[in-house]
Amino acid sequence: MEVRVQNVRKEFDRFPALHDVSLDIVSGELIALLGPSGSGKTTLLRLIAGLERPTAGRIFFGDEDASEKSVQERNIGFVFQHYALFRHMTILENVSFGLKVRPRSTRPPAGEIRRRALELLDLVQLSGLERRYPNQLSGGQRQRVALARALAIEPRVLLLDEPFGALDAQVRRELRKWLREIHERTGHTTIFVTHDQEEALELADRLCVMSQGRIEQVGTPDSVYDSPTSPFVFGFIGESSELAVNVERGDIWLGDRPIGIAAGDNQGPARLFFRPHDIELVEGDAALAGVVASSRRVGGTRRVELELGGAGHRVEIDLPFDHPAGERSRIAFRPKRWQLFPA
Amino acid sequence: MKGFGRFRQPSVIPGFGLTLGFTITYFSLIILVPITALVLRSTGLGWNGFWAAALDPRVLASLRTSFLTALIAAGINVVFGTLIAWVLVRYRFPGRRIFDAMVDLPFALPTAVAGIALTAIYAPNGFVGQWVAPLGLRIAYTPIGITIAMIFIGLPFVVRTIQPILEEASKEVEEASATLGASRLQTISRVLLPSLTPAILTGFALAFARAVGEYGSVIFIAGNIPFVSEIAPLLIVIRLEEFNYAGAAVIATVMLAISFLMLFVINLIQAWSRRRYGYGS
Amino acid sequence: MAARPHAARRASPTNEPLWVRWALILAGLVFMALFLVLPLLAVFSEALRQGIGAYVQSLQSPDALSAIRLTLLVAAIAVPLNVVFGIAASWAIAKFEFKGKAFLITLIDLPFSVSPVISGLVYVLLFGTGSVLGPWLKSYGIEILFAVPGIVLATIFVTFPFVARELIPLMQDQGTGDEEAALSLGASGWQTFWRVTLPNIKWGLLYGVLLCNARAMGEFGAVAVVSGKIRGQTTTMPLQVEMFYNEYQGTAAFALASLLALLALVTLVLKSALEWRFGDELAATGRGH
Repeated sequence: MEVRVQNVRKEFDRFPALHDVSLDIVSGELIALLGPSGSGKTTLLRLIAGLERPTAGRIFFGDEDASEKSVQERNIGFVFQHYALFRHMTILENVSFGLKVRPRSTRPPAGEIRRRALELLDLVQLSGLERRYPNQLSGGQRQRVALARALAIEPRVLLLDEPFGALDAQVRRELRKWLREIHERTGHTTIFVTHDQEEALELADRLCVMSQGRIEQVGTPDSVYDSPTSPFVFGFIGESSELAVNVERGDIWLGDRPIGIAAGDNQGPARLFFRPHDIELVEGDAALAGVVASSRRVGGTRRVELELGGAGHRVEIDLPFDHPAGERSRIAFRPKRWQLFPA
Repeated sequence: MKGFGRFRQPSVIPGFGLTLGFTITYFSLIILVPITALVLRSTGLGWNGFWAAALDPRVLASLRTSFLTALIAAGINVVFGTLIAWVLVRYRFPGRRIFDAMVDLPFALPTAVAGIALTAIYAPNGFVGQWVAPLGLRIAYTPIGITIAMIFIGLPFVVRTIQPILEEASKEVEEASATLGASRLQTISRVLLPSLTPAILTGFALAFARAVGEYGSVIFIAGNIPFVSEIAPLLIVIRLEEFNYAGAAVIATVMLAISFLMLFVINLIQAWSRRRYGYGS
Repeated sequence: MAARPHAARRASPTNEPLWVRWALILAGLVFMALFLVLPLLAVFSEALRQGIGAYVQSLQSPDALSAIRLTLLVAAIAVPLNVVFGIAASWAIAKFEFKGKAFLITLIDLPFSVSPVISGLVYVLLFGTGSVLGPWLKSYGIEILFAVPGIVLATIFVTFPFVARELIPLMQDQGTGDEEAALSLGASGWQTFWRVTLPNIKWGLLYGVLLCNARAMGEFGAVAVVSGKIRGQTTTMPLQVEMFYNEYQGTAAFALASLLALLALVTLVLKSALEWRFGDELAATGRGH
């Protein structure tokens, strides 16, 4: 099911949470709403679900305008960060709930409900636990029950709100892989909210990066990572180093020295962004050269902090941990790939 | 302290012997010894004597009155107590905090005061009584009056047991139910109320236990007609006034046994609920 | 409330329609008004029925005054004793791990599940005629039953758990970290208690004292059984209310009752004030008694 969000605005007691957001979600894709807390990502998800109503704008499911439909009518599957399982029901009862509450005319017979629920428990690899209570399961198991419960109603769209946020790192990695597999098998259009960029990059077909109630950039993980369109995205996704520079006569200058990379036509002060690992060491003057302020090994790389020039600029670069330059007190380098944004 | 063996785990904090010793001594003197005296006195009659006193028709009638009215009162309190807890937790309206504080009035208002006040209201010439009297309905001096007094003293037990559970209940669970297609009514009847069941049961048991033993607020409005509106605690007092101490002790022992049973049941409900659902009440 | 066009059109999925909300609020409030507020109003309206003069006069009768004095005396003995017990019990239970702790906590709550009449009866059986203790004490000239000591004992029995049940969960929540820190800094056990523990629990203690005192001054059933109701000597305020009432002195009964009702209102106000102001420094149990 294709989902279109059209010029949606949401205010909570006059406090704007989303400003004029539009987003097209392709049928069958797995898209991540990524952003820091307060960026409006959860609000957008809840608007799509129908748990909140937009102040303005429309939401389409396919060609159908869903804006005025209640959450019950929208037929979506929603997975909450804290599982929101029904504590007084067994796992099987939890998964069958959505089918059991249907009006008699559309409700499958009891045996069919049970069969389908067991099938889903099998899909989420929880066979044999159907008679347990949520309280008797681990966090990871509970979240899988929550997913099975959401899938039971054959939702048109699957929505997940920080689904792994309450789990520890090990379980989170496992569930991530497993969610990807389930998505590939069931093919549901899936929207999930996360503040964890690693999770988003690994899991999603496309990212929708949000900040302060606005969408900053939408694209595949690679395109967002490689060509961020705003300083916010550059800083938020992946590691980044930033320098305040000047553009003059087609060259980039740091203080009174050109740094050996050419810029376009724009003149004046600018912000230079690059990835710490995306650099090359050079000899000579036309480069970024600085004194090593600190150097520490992080796993397979060495993270070096350089102090550039006299103005107290500090940037970080990554070297292989056994690179001889790691021993030096002065290093000169040039970013291989970079981006300039107007200051 | 070697004699204690593993009785307590080691700790650097002083004062264990002193405080526990004082606690147990004080408890024994104030509670344990007197209750033992009661049980001993009731067994002084011997097996047959005990049952003869316990199964005396007037005693049985008073126990029936006490338990029946307490049961009805606790039932009514469960319905309105749940409703009041819901309204106080979920809705915002002017005066909410005052009403919230008022729930505890029966805890704070001396029972004798409640008793004469309720009688003044429900007597045939009282504020409410005068309206129902022409309909042929008598409230004061009948079991209905007893029930009303018991509703008064039992209400806070139900409200205060359910309130914290409702406050803790996350909205997410209700939202989850809605996303699965359940109507609001289905969410309330199939998700919310069942999750409150342990708290409702506990509140019911507490209100019931309190109502069965209640004396001060009931005797004024009850009319105290033997076999009709005479409650068991009053019969204990009457037996005492007749200097029939053993007879009083027998009724008291029966009631005590039943209250301990209630206490046991309440603990059972909570243990069961904690084990299965992971929360008590 | 801010105008929200869409929100107004349809209730949120976790809320009821406006009319349902107001119907429920109304039902709850009417029930409370009928069962809680009305009796309270009745006390004051009956007390003032004959005018303020009769009200004041009836409060100055010797019987009323002696009842007030006795009630204050009984509370002044019973409450401090239960405070000492409550602190000792919560110290032993909250600061140490020992076998039978859960059972001890259940035992402390025991008086709450005993009918007040039975709470008085046990002392009648312990000290009355036919008992061993009563005649023996009497031979030394000590009267327990139908005298002030019996009333105090019965009052202690019914108010026994109030302070302890408030302090135990509170001190359990607070753990032993503060005390261990104080001891490691060289404080003695008593210094630790006075300077570290007591300041931590002071609001909870006050809360417990408040409830304990309200019950101590208002207890009726237990005291009625042991007092013998000797006019001017062993009648507390609630007992005097009953006496006036049974003698058809309505104004006197309700006037004295109105003082107790005022005590209840003051207790509720202070209790709510404590809950609002220091809610996080009180035990999490919302259940008073």
